[in-house]
Amino acid sequence: MKRIGWKAAILALVASTLCARAGDWESGPVRNCTWCHGASGQGYTVAPRLAGQRPQYIETQLQSFHARFRDNPFSRQYMWGAVASLDPRTARDLALYFATIPPKPANDGNRNLFHQGRTIYLEGIPEANIVSCYACHGPNAEGVRDIPRLGGLAYFYLKARLEQWGRGYHSTAGSPMPLVARPLGPDEIEALASYLSFVK
Amino acid sequence: MKEAGLRLILQSAVLAMAIAAGAHAQERMAPRSSFEAKLEYCKTCHGLEGQGYYGWFPMPRLAGQQPQYMENQLRAFIERRRTNPIMQNVAHALSPSMVSALAERFRALNPRPLGGPRGSTALGKRIYDEGLPESNVPACSACHGTDAKGQNEIPRLAGQLYAYTVGQLTNWGKVRGQGTAVDTSAIMAPTAHNMTRSQVEAVAAYVSHLQ
Repeated sequence: MKRIGWKAAILALVASTLCARAGDWESGPVRNCTWCHGASGQGYTVAPRLAGQRPQYIETQLQSFHARFRDNPFSRQYMWGAVASLDPRTARDLALYFATIPPKPANDGNRNLFHQGRTIYLEGIPEANIVSCYACHGPNAEGVRDIPRLGGLAYFYLKARLEQWGRGYHSTAGSPMPLVARPLGPDEIEALASYLSFVK
Repeated sequence: MKEAGLRLILQSAVLAMAIAAGAHAQERMAPRSSFEAKLEYCKTCHGLEGQGYYGWFPMPRLAGQQPQYMENQLRAFIERRRTNPIMQNVAHALSPSMVSALAERFRALNPRPLGGPRGSTALGKRIYDEGLPESNVPACSACHGTDAKGQNEIPRLAGQLYAYTVGQLTNWGKVRGQGTAVDTSAIMAPTAHNMTRSQVEAVAAYVSHLQ
């Protein structure tokens, strides 16, 4: 009995050491992100999902935080400090790392607004000067180049961003989003944020 | 005395906050004519100076475009003679007078072109200026002008987005001239058809840099 106990203890010790060794990259810069953004970058409370995001988009946002151009309240409070000593090379590596993690949709919007949100996403509302999100973000909200994937992001995050642009907050220089968000009313924002939270 | 001073400070503070709040509210709800709002709506996708924008789709440059061409295209979207899922909805919400006014506004804009690949611009210029006689492709310059600025219903190509030009020329038969009504751009169908992909790319690259 005693000998079996010793073997089990040694096995456990070796196994745990191996696990720690495999997570070297995880113990460095990535952990600084996953503290807030969730264990596999899937997002946590106000910190948005990074998993599966377009790498070029992550990079431009990190640059924007560094330059203090992106200025919405949570960015100012958390991200400005978080990237203060982040060098461009590491920023690019982090962006590429998170981009490769398969994203999980948040599924936390209002299901009843799914179809209304989908219609606004694909067609906009031309009579109200609301543009089609599809034109830039793609048919499944997957994004391209430095235009972000919206599919599956959390309802609360999407809603907050759309409201913030309408109130004059910035993301990156030259981004059309302030113009995009200006004609949106509360109902449209609710519908879009809800729909997108369910998109895989 | 102290109370009077305190009251003055409080009143000034309230006044300052009210002014600030008013100014902020003005920023959010700046009064705009419906035309200006519609113009901004176009610019949201087509670039803040009409220079075009690379989204999921390449959204073409409208700056400096021939007004008659723009009006024809918007009508073609409405009548489904030109296929485009997004522009068909957009065009539907435009009144004829608004179309004319928008076209005139965009004609007056002249931002720098976004540019494109540089490798094949020399070949592109040759094809643009001389055509491809062996393939029955007339010189583009004959109709679109040596400066690629177009005339009347013939569009400006100068500064047009590379990917947009390539997409139109390679897909011409699928997106243009749909339906049975006669389209003034009918000449482009055989012209585009007779160009190879690399010839299309060369011409598109050449015009993408023209100011």
